[in-house]
Amino acid sequence: MTSTQPRTAGSTDPDAPPAGTTAKRLKSGHGDRGGSRVFRWVSTGAGVLILVILAAVAIFLVQRAWPAITADPEELASRISWFRADSLLGFVGPLVFGTLLAAALALLIATPIAIGIALFISHYAPRRLANALGYVVDLLAAIPSVVYGLWGGLVLSPLVTPVWQWLGDWFGWIPLFGGSVSPTGRVMMTVGVVLAVMILPIITAICREVFLQTPRLHEEAALALGATQWEMVRMAVLPFARSGIVSAAMLGMGRALGETMAVLMILSPGFAYSFQLLVAGKQQTIAANIAAQFPEANQTGVATLIATGLALFVITLAVNMAARAIVARRKDFSGAN
Amino acid sequence: MAQRIDVKDLNIFYGSFKAVADVNMTIEPRSVTAFIGPSGCGKSTFLRTLNRMHEVIPGARVEGTVAVEGVDLYGSEIDPVAVRRQVGMVFQRPNPFPTMSIAENVLAGIRLNNRKMSKSEGQDLVEQSLRGANLWNEVKDRLDRPGSGLSGGQQQRLCIARAIAVKPQVLLMDEPCSALDPISTLAIEDLIAELKSQYTIVIVTHNMQQAARVSEKTAFFNIAGTGQPGRLIEIDDTATMFSSPKEQATEDYISGRFG
Repeated sequence: MTSTQPRTAGSTDPDAPPAGTTAKRLKSGHGDRGGSRVFRWVSTGAGVLILVILAAVAIFLVQRAWPAITADPEELASRISWFRADSLLGFVGPLVFGTLLAAALALLIATPIAIGIALFISHYAPRRLANALGYVVDLLAAIPSVVYGLWGGLVLSPLVTPVWQWLGDWFGWIPLFGGSVSPTGRVMMTVGVVLAVMILPIITAICREVFLQTPRLHEEAALALGATQWEMVRMAVLPFARSGIVSAAMLGMGRALGETMAVLMILSPGFAYSFQLLVAGKQQTIAANIAAQFPEANQTGVATLIATGLALFVITLAVNMAARAIVARRKDFSGAN
Repeated sequence: MAQRIDVKDLNIFYGSFKAVADVNMTIEPRSVTAFIGPSGCGKSTFLRTLNRMHEVIPGARVEGTVAVEGVDLYGSEIDPVAVRRQVGMVFQRPNPFPTMSIAENVLAGIRLNNRKMSKSEGQDLVEQSLRGANLWNEVKDRLDRPGSGLSGGQQQRLCIARAIAVKPQVLLMDEPCSALDPISTLAIEDLIAELKSQYTIVIVTHNMQQAARVSEKTAFFNIAGTGQPGRLIEIDDTATMFSSPKEQATEDYISGRFG
């Protein structure tokens, strides 16, 4: 082999690449470059697509809601049988309130339980039990919401009524549990419980994944200082998982905000700004209200309903941005650096 | 505060696999004992049995006794959590809690012990521990910043400050300098030399010069082959180990003629 010999065009070395190959390689780049370029466009396109969809939804909502937004409130009231408010804002307001109340209640109930289950699966349960439990939790997510609605309306409502009654009797002095407790159980509190069950799987699944990713090094650091298992969890696992927990809760809240069937089938609706969770006919959510009124709505009615949908869209965006802001605020301490 | 450790007939198992066999040794108080030996010979595993940290791995167990001042750490009434509060540990890679500030990191162990401490006492302890770890002058202006913002060597000294803040009797170090540059390594070695006046220190190292520099006693571990348990070959004064060891295997390893 004459490997030291420069490979010129006249070389007779059979192993030598054809003349000018090096220059060509440098110019045209490697063969992978084409694929890499395609991948870049595909991924950029996918990223842009999501923005386009978001914009399309926003435009659709604004456009279709426009007649209701610009209409005279009296005109709305005369054309829509169920419109009982002084203005569009006066109509949307209580619905926004009800939606947020239901979602907040669900989140308040579900998050601690989900964190508990996730911690049990990731740090306490023996491996086999943990796997089985993980499957069961995932299975909960596969149940359609109409089934949850049926269960909530037919089984849970009568079941919890005595509990709500008891709460009203003993803790009625707390405004949340005040008022005359509904004998049917079709109240906001029941909705909160059912929504909590519905969002439990997603929060649990994400929390579990995040907890499992806690660096072994940090867990051992805590244990070596003489931490018990729980102290280790508090010192190393939960702080590390903080932003993950917030994200999980927000995803759950997203589902709770938009949940339609379960709320529709359980809640006895009303249009008041009321924190009384155990009284029937006080609140209603946006999604359930749309589903309830849409089938028999005329053109103006549909525009009004879409205006409430626009409000839901804005709320969801705002909630997600708020969650991101919370996570970003303590970025330095997140463990990502 | 520093205490003597007697290890008798210690066997360490992972499930049915015997990882380390028949270790007998005495670790003197207020001195540095270094463990050397090839990778996988069980020296880190053995080190972790000295504060029951090996139990963190499922299936791990020991036979034999490890006695600190006559008290067997593996006695039936002994709580492993209490053991770890007496026997501190510094790991191979610096692991300050990323979600805590520098000061909070130092106080992490104290918080665990549920000791009520006034703010000024806490500040004093932070300063005292950080001075003890030769880190005070570098971080005194940014005690409320996250510990993860420090350099690797500073982080490791922060971990040492965290370990000594709870005033343990023994300090275990598992290759504390293997992730550090030579200057940071020197800083840690100087620190070890200062700390040995107060603590019993056990250090695992792959760096034989380091063992020769910092330790009074050196223990050599070796393994006969894969699947075999690691064994303690020899323990003696460091000077003797590095000049005229009794065992041929020790001499081969130390002089680099290993295997």
